[in-house]
Amino acid sequence: MEYIIISIGFALVLLGLYGIMYMRNLIKIVIGFTLFNTGINIVMVSIGYIRNAAAPILDAIPAAGTTPNIVDPVPQALVLTAIVIGLGVTALMLTYVLKLHQDKKSLDINNFKDLKW
Amino acid sequence: MVKKFLILLLVAGMGLIIFDLYQAFDSKESLGTLGEYYAQNGATDVGAANIVTAIVVTYRGLDTLGEVSILFLTAAILSFALSFRKEDEIENRELRPTSELLAIASQVLTPIIMIVGIYIFMNGHLTPGGGFQGGAVIASAILLMLMASPKLEVSHKVIAFVESVSGLAFIIIGVLGILLAGGFLDNGIMSLGTFGTLLSAGAIPLIYIFIGLKVGAELSNIVGTMSHDQNEK
Repeated sequence: MEYIIISIGFALVLLGLYGIMYMRNLIKIVIGFTLFNTGINIVMVSIGYIRNAAAPILDAIPAAGTTPNIVDPVPQALVLTAIVIGLGVTALMLTYVLKLHQDKKSLDINNFKDLKW
Repeated sequence: MVKKFLILLLVAGMGLIIFDLYQAFDSKESLGTLGEYYAQNGATDVGAANIVTAIVVTYRGLDTLGEVSILFLTAAILSFALSFRKEDEIENRELRPTSELLAIASQVLTPIIMIVGIYIFMNGHLTPGGGFQGGAVIASAILLMLMASPKLEVSHKVIAFVESVSGLAFIIIGVLGILLAGGFLDNGIMSLGTFGTLLSAGAIPLIYIFIGLKVGAELSNIVGTMSHDQNEK
């Protein structure tokens, strides 16, 4: 099971990279970045997986000295932060796309040559 | 043609690196040191049934404060970058009429979505969920309203009020933690209550309510600014 999930994560990373490089529409490039982000999040969560363990939500306080059978909660807390940062980055990228579109009336990346040498 | 080939080559190279990582991956049989500490002591120290919430709000509460600040910064930069518009342009822009389905559905669904959002951030210490998720759900209700009536103005006064009051309350709770309990953002300022009930885990439900309101206001602000600006002359 964990191999399926980590494969999906890595596949999304590759798909996102391909989208960033290959697509010419700026919105699709932003979608490529979010796919990349999601893929990395899935990989991080699957790294914290422990075989045959439950989600880190307890039914009762564990007795002193015993460890409840749960998956690692630390990567999940980290991914929560990563999702929020990813949302901020996506919002800023979309703002930039909006500004570029107002400037040139185009979303094709080939029309933006101002910084190309 | 050469460009496509180079792109494919690069993706294949990245795939090779990733494949190496994939082969080295093996799921663990037991928790690491840090995860084990949180699993053993999280419920007793913090009183939250959801260990992820215990880490996010109490053990690493400072990071969550930073996270909220990043969202605030994003909303501020967005408003700064997109705000230079004349009011009459917004009034006179031509819009396609909203479909009846969307208009009626938004009236029925908006209150329900809001209530689900509030439920999610109030139960963050018991169920999967929390302030950020609940706030995002609330912002999606605002988005639905904006899609149904695009000329709707998201009131900046209300948003600024909710955002600053909840941000301030979050920090005041954190400082109270220094004065009354173990340190900044310690949830022990209130009684831990019965494990697994709504009024448990000390200050976590209170903190998550304020985070939820703040995140909801910030995301609504982002959505509102973007919709305000999208139809250009």
